[in-house]
Amino acid sequence: MYRYSDFDRDFLAERNRQFRAQVERRIDGSLTEDEFKPLRLMNGLYLQLHAYMLRVAIPYGTLNSAQMRQLAYLAETWDKGYGHFTTRQNIQYNWPRLRDVPDMLDALAEVGLHAIQTSGNTIRNVTADHFAGAAADEVADPRPVAELLRQWSTDHPEFQFMPRKFKIAITGAPNDRAVTAAHDIGLRIVRKDGEIGYQVLVGGGLGRTPMIGKVLAEFIPADDLLPYLEATVAVWNVIGRRDNKYKARIKILVHEFGLENLKAEVEKEFALRKPLYAGGKDVALLEEIKTHFAAPAFDAAPTDAFDAFYAADPIFRSWADTNLSEHRAEGYAIVTISLKKQGDTPGDATADQMRVMADLAQRYGHDELRISHEQNVILPHVHKRHLPQIHAELRAAGLATANIGLISDIIACPGMDYCALATARSIPVAQEIATRFEELKLEHEVGPLKIKISGCINACGHHHVGHIGILGLDRAGVENYQITLGGDGTEDAVIGTRTGPGFAYDEIVGAVETIVKTYLGLRESAEETFLQAYARVGIEPFKAALYPETKTRAA
Amino acid sequence: MPRDFTPKVITANHLLEGDVVYQTADDRWTRYHAEAELITDEAHAQIRLLDAERQVDTIVGAYLADAQDGPKGPEPTHFREVFRTRGPSNYAHGKQVEL
Ligand code: HEM
Ligand code: SF4
Repeated sequence: MYRYSDFDRDFLAERNRQFRAQVERRIDGSLTEDEFKPLRLMNGLYLQLHAYMLRVAIPYGTLNSAQMRQLAYLAETWDKGYGHFTTRQNIQYNWPRLRDVPDMLDALAEVGLHAIQTSGNTIRNVTADHFAGAAADEVADPRPVAELLRQWSTDHPEFQFMPRKFKIAITGAPNDRAVTAAHDIGLRIVRKDGEIGYQVLVGGGLGRTPMIGKVLAEFIPADDLLPYLEATVAVWNVIGRRDNKYKARIKILVHEFGLENLKAEVEKEFALRKPLYAGGKDVALLEEIKTHFAAPAFDAAPTDAFDAFYAADPIFRSWADTNLSEHRAEGYAIVTISLKKQGDTPGDATADQMRVMADLAQRYGHDELRISHEQNVILPHVHKRHLPQIHAELRAAGLATANIGLISDIIACPGMDYCALATARSIPVAQEIATRFEELKLEHEVGPLKIKISGCINACGHHHVGHIGILGLDRAGVENYQITLGGDGTEDAVIGTRTGPGFAYDEIVGAVETIVKTYLGLRESAEETFLQAYARVGIEPFKAALYPETKTRAA
Repeated sequence: MPRDFTPKVITANHLLEGDVVYQTADDRWTRYHAEAELITDEAHAQIRLLDAERQVDTIVGAYLADAQDGPKGPEPTHFREVFRTRGPSNYAHGKQVEL
């Protein structure tokens, strides 16, 4: 895992000292809220509906057990005993008091964590596949490149006052788990004739104007990556719109200026910048960074114990079938721990649960944990012989829900239960959908189905790329939920299509049930997934089921 | 035609705790919506908002929220303001258990 240098540590300590003083001056009234707000936001402190919220960064979603235990300690000491893992690979504390925040930040710094938010119109934290370094389908670990990009973009003098913020995501595997097509730039590591390079997507993003990224370059050789990205960002920085913040993202430039025109400009700019990188310092730095992400020493041991248990225990088998993914090392598996127990809040973990996960990682998982953007926790490197024991301990902690990728594995943003920007609630909608399908005992029969819920147009819950997407709105003072179908956040990314008028709070669970039952009724076999069936039949059968009265009127 | 002024209360978050507070007619900040001053005159509302905004060492983000008269005092009318009087719906946290 990436270790912070002494420089980083001193920088963190200094930042925390400064913020402590700023909090003091805010409390004694010598700083106004207008003066304090940008300072607290830079330090990850937000004011929500009912309380402050502290957002702690988890770089590349990677944690060790000591860090996870410290997150538990914060939850218990300064919050209400739990934390909320988000789709941005960070953890949020929903109840800190202003006075306590400097102590929380010092406690985080003890384990090399912080809440510093890259804010403003800069290049934001680079996100990566949560299975990085573990997945069987991986071409190369994307995290060293993500870290290289972080170092390159931090304090890059040219990129501090851009038209808008800029987000980059990277995957090292053909199965895109990092939603790269929904970022300003998406990078996919590919191999061509034995050589490692990058496919570059541009102009993706969700929010108000959702767009899927388009291929800017099919193959950029590894040595050309930084000058090519620099050229791309530079072109947008110069010609991107600054007149309207809703039109400033690079996706609007791609849309208005055209992909081919943008390509041509980037090529011109790249030719100018490439010579500046001739020394190869960036390539050497990448090699150095790679040593920090070296794989653990994997055990070579038999997996008989796993095989026997798998054959004998149906509960274990069901969990193993849904929550394990293929590891690149022989005898290993990737374990996804579901934070989506039916009826619970998606993404929440108690302090005790965090400690259980930390202990398991330390004992059986090469001391590594990951946070996925799907709001689950991952043990990336587990030898299969330990799985029965791990499953038993997870079960005792209420963490053995076997539902990864199924209908109750819902992404939901905090919505109007916490978020000051929300136009409707999302958490209770997720809770009720999960509980409903649990009662119907339909979850496993339905198979892979991703529901994603946002409580406003900012789309923190990625609803546009949910197979079923739900967007909560305020329609004339009442909560109203719009449904989109057929969205997909993988390598075949698609923005979902709206079904029609929205549904009231007490109708939305029934509407989802109607959609799922319609799917069950029309699928050709149990193997045809919701998304495949949708691709075959289109939206009409679902519309007809959702809005029967419109049909009668038209007839 | 100017829209009729609907009654309002002044609400904000407490600086230290971050929780929801309301301005009373006698210039206190209360945790109870029913104790808030119900403002029915637009000019008075603007003055009271200025009064609130000056109190930078007590509260954050004062604004006018729609309200109506009820048997026990002012009541919120919009669902967002109803939630702010209670706390989140996924846990028994916040005002619903603390008041
Ligand atoms: C509760 C406090 C939160 C606030 C105030 C907030 C605010 C926002 C805003 C204003 C945006 C739009 C930014 C823009 O496009 O200009 C945004 C985007 C986003 N937020 Fe949040 N958010 C919050 C919580 C969360 C949580 C808990 C998650 C994860 C579950 C999350 C994930 C995201 C993501 C992934 C985007 C990018 C969507 C896109 O591609 O446009 N946010 N957020
Ligand atoms: S989508 Fe809207 S409601 Fe949900 S967390 Fe983001 S800003 Fe808040």
